[in-house]
Amino acid sequence: MVYQRINSNRKIKMSFLELQNITKIYPNGTKAVNETSLNIENGEFVVFVGPSGCGKSTLLRMIAGLEDITNGEISLDGNVINNIDPSERDVAMVFQNYALYPHMSVFNNMAYGLKNRGISKEEINNKVNDVAKLLEIDQLLTRKPSMLSGGQRQRVAMGRAIVRNPKIFLFDEPLSNLDAKLRNQMRLEIKRLQRQMGVTSIFVTHDQTEAMTLGDRIVVINNGVVEQVGTPKEIYSKPNTKFVAEFIGSPQMNLFNCIIENGIAHIADMRINLNNSTNIDDASLGIRPDDILISDNGQHTCVANLVEYLGSDMIIYSKIGDQEFSCKLSSKINLNAGDTFKFDISSTLVHLFDNTNGSRV
Amino acid sequence: MKFKPLEILTHVILILGVLLMVLPIWFSFATSTHDNVSIMTEGMKFFLGESFTYNYNEVLNEKGGWSEEVTAARMFVNSFIMALGIATLKVVISAMSAYALVYFRFKLAVPIFWLIFITLLVPLEVRIFPSYKIVSDLGLTNTYTGLILPLVASATATFFFRQFYKTIPDELLESAKLDGANSWRFFIDFLLPLSKTMLAAMFIFMFVYGYSQYLWPLIMTTDEKYWTVVMGMKIIFTENYEGVALPRTGERFAYIILSMLPPVLVVVILQRWFIKGLIQTEK
Repeated sequence: MVYQRINSNRKIKMSFLELQNITKIYPNGTKAVNETSLNIENGEFVVFVGPSGCGKSTLLRMIAGLEDITNGEISLDGNVINNIDPSERDVAMVFQNYALYPHMSVFNNMAYGLKNRGISKEEINNKVNDVAKLLEIDQLLTRKPSMLSGGQRQRVAMGRAIVRNPKIFLFDEPLSNLDAKLRNQMRLEIKRLQRQMGVTSIFVTHDQTEAMTLGDRIVVINNGVVEQVGTPKEIYSKPNTKFVAEFIGSPQMNLFNCIIENGIAHIADMRINLNNSTNIDDASLGIRPDDILISDNGQHTCVANLVEYLGSDMIIYSKIGDQEFSCKLSSKINLNAGDTFKFDISSTLVHLFDNTNGSRV
Repeated sequence: MKFKPLEILTHVILILGVLLMVLPIWFSFATSTHDNVSIMTEGMKFFLGESFTYNYNEVLNEKGGWSEEVTAARMFVNSFIMALGIATLKVVISAMSAYALVYFRFKLAVPIFWLIFITLLVPLEVRIFPSYKIVSDLGLTNTYTGLILPLVASATATFFFRQFYKTIPDELLESAKLDGANSWRFFIDFLLPLSKTMLAAMFIFMFVYGYSQYLWPLIMTTDEKYWTVVMGMKIIFTENYEGVALPRTGERFAYIILSMLPPVLVVVILQRWFIKGLIQTEK
């Protein structure tokens, strides 16, 4: 009893989903997730993003209960769920390959989870029909998954999750099997549905566009460690580490290895005044390709080695010393490969990282 | 439609194959409709005769054996019960043990699987005396249980089910788990419907296996009430052979034709499932 009271007191302060020092070590000794802590609030849409093999899926699967937790504690809605069976956790997951039940009709695919919870036939009928209408798959209810297109399967997989009205939606790279056009469409739809229903959602992806557009907050993961947690804007404008700086943003942020002496960055024979008094022996100076200001009276001069035309924009590839960089500018400017161009790098737009630990200065 | 020489050749080969399969059966059937005198004097028949009703009626209802009590109809029932029991239990047990081997990651799963596999090298005929000893110690001679029980484990079927389950993607299990299915429900709601084809195929094979058992029922049964069709083939309608009467060839052919029916029936009934599963793979 006492223990319970302590728990209920804690409940008030607790977030909806809390991960505390979660570690996952596979039997073969691989450390997939290392000491990860994270709080997710009710109704939030959180995106786990990172390169493949970074542990983001493992983390998601631990929340779902499909993977044992080596160390640490996960609590959902005030209850520790470490040892609770996945079927009892009240979470729904959309898998990368949808994992629809091939021998069941669309209706039964959606109804299966409800049947297992002992809900009456009539209620199941109503719920499935409502969700099917919401997702515009009400014409397909009698079909088998093998008779559906990729986009329709995706909708059924979503419907199966929605109809159960779970505490959390988990999405494990659900859009990666769709073609580009459908992917954009489904992305918008997922966002719209999540807003509409207000269910806490975690979305795993390696695609930064998906991460930026979907997430209320983004969790950038690398090598089993959380590099940064923040809103898309924070992550983009103020990356905490060199990894985040490189990973988020397209085209990639330019990172120049440089020495900083008394607030002046030395990149080959180029000098950039940072308007401060830092001294770092081994630093990286980052600037996004679209933050490089090209103008006829710019301080620095370079030769455009390659020009990529993208329609409204173009990307110029050039070099400072032996370090390559790119800048993105409006394609209205007339610039061809081999031309020289002048540019400025503003000290307010640069990101500085210490190369010894990769963190922001 | 024009036929190319190669097509004609392949068709000829196929037709010859069909004739090779069908003609002996047709000869048996045609012969079974003749009376014994004409068979004796004229040999095997190609055309139908007039003794169909007489011969088949004799076969089904004549009381034979030493006790003069057992009828062929009774033997069909016995064989059918035995084959049905063996096939059903073999399929159920193999499917379940394969499920355990694939989905429950206990320590000795692999050695146990190989142990089961090795039993393929020890067919019933090899272990017939110990098996008989056990069954008779249990007091199961002259019972259906005794006929069926020693034959219900199948390494072959376990192996096939195991291979099939391994091809089912893990996500399906995970998704089912999140939908609240426990391991029992997963087996019933997922594995069984997904392996319908396998189940049908295994059932057919195992039914034929059970139906054609000879040595085991021969040793197991001393009571003629438990005789099976295959045993009867050796015993029935032969008692007059050495006497002055004519060999009862017509009845014997009728008996053979009848003995083919139950397996054919099983194949015909289950083949719809079987072929449907082959055409649309559901995975």
